[in-house]
Amino acid sequence: MSEIPYDRVKLARDSKRPTGLDYIRRIFKNFIEFHGDRRYGDDPAVVGGIARLDGCPVTVIAIEKGHTAKERTARNFGAPHPEGYRKALRLMRQAEKFGRPVICFVDTSGAYCGIGAEERGQGQAIAENLMEMSTLCVPIISILIGEGGSGGALALAVADRVWMLENAVYSVISPEGCASILWKDAAQAETAAQSLKLTAEDAKRFGVIERILTEDDLGTVMFYDRIRRMLHDEIEELTGDLDLIQHRYDRFRRIGRDAIETGAQ
Amino acid sequence: MALLNFLKPKNKLEEGGRAAAPIQSDAGEPEKNCPNCHKDIPLSRLWSNLLVCPCGYHFRMKARQRLHVMTDRNSFMELYLQMRTVNPLDFPGYGEKLHTASAASSEEEAVICGTAKIGGLSCCVFAMESQFMMGSMGGVVGEKITSLFEYATEHRMPVIGFTVSGGARMQEGLVSLMQMAKVSGAVKRHSDAGLLYIAVLTDPTTGGVTASFAMEADITLAEPGATVGFAGARVIEQTTKKSLPKEFQKSEFVLAHGFIDHIVSRKEQKQLLTELLEMHNGG
Repeated sequence: MSEIPYDRVKLARDSKRPTGLDYIRRIFKNFIEFHGDRRYGDDPAVVGGIARLDGCPVTVIAIEKGHTAKERTARNFGAPHPEGYRKALRLMRQAEKFGRPVICFVDTSGAYCGIGAEERGQGQAIAENLMEMSTLCVPIISILIGEGGSGGALALAVADRVWMLENAVYSVISPEGCASILWKDAAQAETAAQSLKLTAEDAKRFGVIERILTEDDLGTVMFYDRIRRMLHDEIEELTGDLDLIQHRYDRFRRIGRDAIETGAQ
Repeated sequence: MALLNFLKPKNKLEEGGRAAAPIQSDAGEPEKNCPNCHKDIPLSRLWSNLLVCPCGYHFRMKARQRLHVMTDRNSFMELYLQMRTVNPLDFPGYGEKLHTASAASSEEEAVICGTAKIGGLSCCVFAMESQFMMGSMGGVVGEKITSLFEYATEHRMPVIGFTVSGGARMQEGLVSLMQMAKVSGAVKRHSDAGLLYIAVLTDPTTGGVTASFAMEADITLAEPGATVGFAGARVIEQTTKKSLPKEFQKSEFVLAHGFIDHIVSRKEQKQLLTELLEMHNGG
């Protein structure tokens, strides 16, 4: 595990790293994919459907980057359009209706920045997910498996538990974007990565995630089996939480309190 | 002339237009060049017209000026005055930046929250400040707006919010990002309680603010010609290698695509807000 944040960024982006679909196929059984947002289209950057986790039906949603050049192009490099977020929300509402837990795998450099995406309300699509996920009546667990790029990642991570792979990153802006805005020089991305505090340890320190998943056995049978067991136990615990939505609210409500000084009123 | 005095900037940094600083005309009165009609407009005329050029171009307005003209006289009571940002990430240069922003805007943060009356009806109101780090949202902005929605839910009041923002504040990293979820949770509770939220999008409303509370209102209004979008135009051009049409991401364009209810000029906003509040039984 590298101590240099920018090395983590590079690892998080590595095309050989397991992608969302790898997790879905190796952790769950009987995955059945459901397509489309019922509004406009089907976004290949977001994969969703139902599957069994140790026999129990769950809703799974993943941002998929693809491995090969061809796959990555077809998946738009894991940069979702509004339809991807709306498909995710449709599947989450379906999960709520049928009482299934939701498990999201997040891996994106960010929501796609394009003309069509703007025309079809990229901001509104993300905003709606943030709002609706905050009161979804079933447990939500989100795992950041690679890049957690800003609002485009958060739109699938308003969850009861958020976990991060140890080399995943989670940030409000890409280090390159940050460097070019602040110092007009994208080459300073390394410095920006350091300043942005985007590693799993940082996220844990800020109370943004609950758990860091080690990667020594990344991609092996043991690795997926470990995550399966963790998900199983966590879902059992969350299903027993009678005040799930309040706890989810509190989870986000307290973030940032340390960043504020309150003088005498 | 109390109103004019109030609107008159105390210093150069407060002038707040989307164009160059005013220039002294031959006649001696300061003027401002309108980037739309390219005419030099005397500042006094602009101020008496709520910083709207006779051609219809809306100059940016400071949050406090906006609250002054949109709420009933002496009705605004500010909340959460004492919240101050620390530097949670120890981000290089952020401390100085906050200091500069504070001096430039005469505000302590990028949003002002409180209670007020509009047309005699009580409401919670927030206005964002473009001169404070382009209205960016960090921990304090998130905390203030969240607290305001919680207050409004508790006291069963409507919320009216004037947005202007470059998005989440980079210098607070994940803390900023999480404010999007935090505010959205509070907006949802307010909404689920059957209460009214009206957003007025002003130039520019972008990034993480568009992707959260700017797009979560029951009624979404916008000023004419305001930039409203998620990604910045430059980023989109770089990503797509396409040049963008002139009207791209203007409020009229966003309305045509179905994401804004109504575009309303600044002079008509108070009356419309009053009417909307009344039609919702005061919210």
